[in-house]
Amino acid sequence: MSECVLQMKKVTKEFPGVKALSDVDFNIYKGECMALIGENGAGKSTLMKVLSGVYPKYEGEIVFRGKKVAFDTPRQANEAGIAIIHQELNMISYMKIYENIFLGREIKTKFGKLDKKAMVQKAKELMDEMEIDLDPNEEVCNLSLAKQQMVEIAKALSMNADIIVMDEPTDALPESDVKNLFRIINGLRGKDIGVVYISHKLGEVFEICDRITVLRDGQFIAENKVEELDEDALIKLMVGRTLEEQFPHVEYGESETVFEVKNLSNQYIHDVSFSAKKGEIIGVSGLVGAGRTELAKTIYGAYRAESGQIFLNGKEIKSNSPKEAISNGIYYISEDRKGDGLILDLDIKSNITISCIEKLTKNTIIQKKKELEVCGGYRDKLNIKTPSIHQKIKNLSGGNQQKVAIAKGLITDPQVLLIDEPTRGVDVGAKKEIYDLINLFKMQGKTIILISSEMPEILGMSDKVLVMHEGTIKGEVDRKDATGEVILELIFAKRG
Amino acid sequence: MRKSVSYYVEKYRPIIILVVFMIAISIMRPEFLQPSNLSNVLRQTSVNAIIAAGMSFAILTGGIDISVGSTLAFSGAVSAYMVLNNYNIIVVILVTLTIGVIAGAMNGLFITKFKLQPFIVTLATMTIFRGMTTVFTQGRPISFKSEGTGIMYRFIGKESLFGIPIPIIIMVVVYILGYYLLNHTSFGRYIYAIGCNEDAAHLSGINTKKVKFMAYVINGCLAALAAIIVTARLSSAQPTAGDGYELDAIAAVVLGGTSLAGGRGKITGTIIGAMIIGMLSNALNLMDVSSYYQTIIKGLVILVAVLLDREK
Repeated sequence: MSECVLQMKKVTKEFPGVKALSDVDFNIYKGECMALIGENGAGKSTLMKVLSGVYPKYEGEIVFRGKKVAFDTPRQANEAGIAIIHQELNMISYMKIYENIFLGREIKTKFGKLDKKAMVQKAKELMDEMEIDLDPNEEVCNLSLAKQQMVEIAKALSMNADIIVMDEPTDALPESDVKNLFRIINGLRGKDIGVVYISHKLGEVFEICDRITVLRDGQFIAENKVEELDEDALIKLMVGRTLEEQFPHVEYGESETVFEVKNLSNQYIHDVSFSAKKGEIIGVSGLVGAGRTELAKTIYGAYRAESGQIFLNGKEIKSNSPKEAISNGIYYISEDRKGDGLILDLDIKSNITISCIEKLTKNTIIQKKKELEVCGGYRDKLNIKTPSIHQKIKNLSGGNQQKVAIAKGLITDPQVLLIDEPTRGVDVGAKKEIYDLINLFKMQGKTIILISSEMPEILGMSDKVLVMHEGTIKGEVDRKDATGEVILELIFAKRG
Repeated sequence: MRKSVSYYVEKYRPIIILVVFMIAISIMRPEFLQPSNLSNVLRQTSVNAIIAAGMSFAILTGGIDISVGSTLAFSGAVSAYMVLNNYNIIVVILVTLTIGVIAGAMNGLFITKFKLQPFIVTLATMTIFRGMTTVFTQGRPISFKSEGTGIMYRFIGKESLFGIPIPIIIMVVVYILGYYLLNHTSFGRYIYAIGCNEDAAHLSGINTKKVKFMAYVINGCLAALAAIIVTARLSSAQPTAGDGYELDAIAAVVLGGTSLAGGRGKITGTIIGAMIIGMLSNALNLMDVSSYYQTIIKGLVILVAVLLDREK
């Protein structure tokens, strides 16, 4: 039995309206590789952010090398010996390998001059130790992703890290590089370093890890040695919950196909085809990065389709920009409210009417009275809680922001609504209201493409589920056959 | 809900600065408040104010245009040449404005179609337009006399209508139109939306390229309008005309409370900003401060004003 180098005990982290983690225990053992597994939104990255000082405020405690610790900044955690290698690597592309390794901790001569020779020498030693053959003077931007990752690991080693956390390290790596990474992880184990391995690729977890911790809905589910589990048992642990009545499914009845996508392809998605009926909700499931948002944005004209066709009401439509898509009767509600979904610095009114303001003008003048009336109507209908329609979006809660985003789409009167992660960062009460809104829209005979990483949401709302992985549709599951296991199996099914 | 004093100070900061400033000057130099002096200040301010109005559009989209001074020089030179050759005044004005529109369209094209940074594009066109002016004028001023078209043309710069100097009238009309465009049309709404978040604006179905393009066209056109006033007033076009005007215009926009990051600000603030700059020069003249020192003081005032206005 190896010793525990770090223990997180009863860690609870709350965001306004959302409990991201509740009483989570997590252990890291000396010289072992611990897998951290869970669906999207299970709380894996929140837990790692608590560990690394990104979220200094939380309940519970962290015991590191026998002592209670609390990190206020990532830098403190770093200096204490906890290194995180993020999915998006944190390298400065136009700097050399050794400069990146020693960034912020440069070795200097006693005159304060950068001691390039010493740094190059040290970098070389580190990389020799890891048995990777790179020139420390190479610029990072010339390296493959796998090589960059190795430089990050070298950097962690240079800091004498006791714990190295790898977030989805193989996500973008080709098969051959994965083997190399595993060799290096084995080397780390030999140095008594505790490795945390976060991955969706269950096969890899069984191959490289010693133990597995499963999280679900922000709760600790299990910690097991790998030999105690098999893939099926693990998937059960990840999904294992009953569907509550939170997702009221409504039946629209028999109807005809109105929306069809045929062989749609571009750099993000490959040969995607599906069709949707009037009054139907199509759930799109898949892991983060599966190409779901990209599919929606391609249909919406925000990304160019290289080939393929889209039909609405039997007629082919071409949308080369969101503007054209909107006039064709399609609207996309973004997953990223802060990024490209809403305009945070503008008020509620301007956001709601931004896509249809031209319809509210007369002789080029905006009919401000009419605009206020229309917005007031949507505020009441969608129950947007705000003292004033002139309130800036950034002052609203996540749930109310999402309702504004939906209002902004509905006001254009679309026939097909693409809605991406509609309940992300939304509290429980507002979630229910949003589901009701989607169902209401469905009962008006509209078509909804619902993208979600929350399995219960997909299973509860959809009439049909499309499973996407790596830009392709891996399968189509009917509502009556859809279960979490079926969907996960489709995602993890081997190619070919 | 009662709003605190600080809310109003925040909201009306530019105009408060302007009023405090005017009171301070008039205590030191009572002649400042004489109608003839005020009218003089406004007339001198009008050129910068008109350029700054256009600049507001570019800056509100999150861009900038530093080519306006050169645009002014080139369009002014062409207009002086046409006046000298007795072209019809309407033709002169239309051609001059068209040159501004083309200059703005060129900036807009490179910025939207080729996705280059506004600063770099307009830095390049600033140099190009200045060079074109030097070539066109052969490095010498183009002057015209008070005869033929010249009579009418000088009228624009020197005469008054109903006792108000024509440049001031033009300035007021520009600001009324600008205010209308920004606050009462979908185009104005789009300008703010793009300045706040271009990606979100695009996903909301706004033709962001077209809107940004138009912002630069307006900017170029107003620079040419300012050129007409400058040329008409001096009865000549200098090859170095408009040198540094872009900086005064940017200063006016920023003093008026508009964020250089785009999306936030008002065109009413810009005219106040332009007036603060204009009155500052006037006050320093009244106080017999040497023009060598004036630029230093002007710079310091801008720094202090922006410091007061920064985000808390």
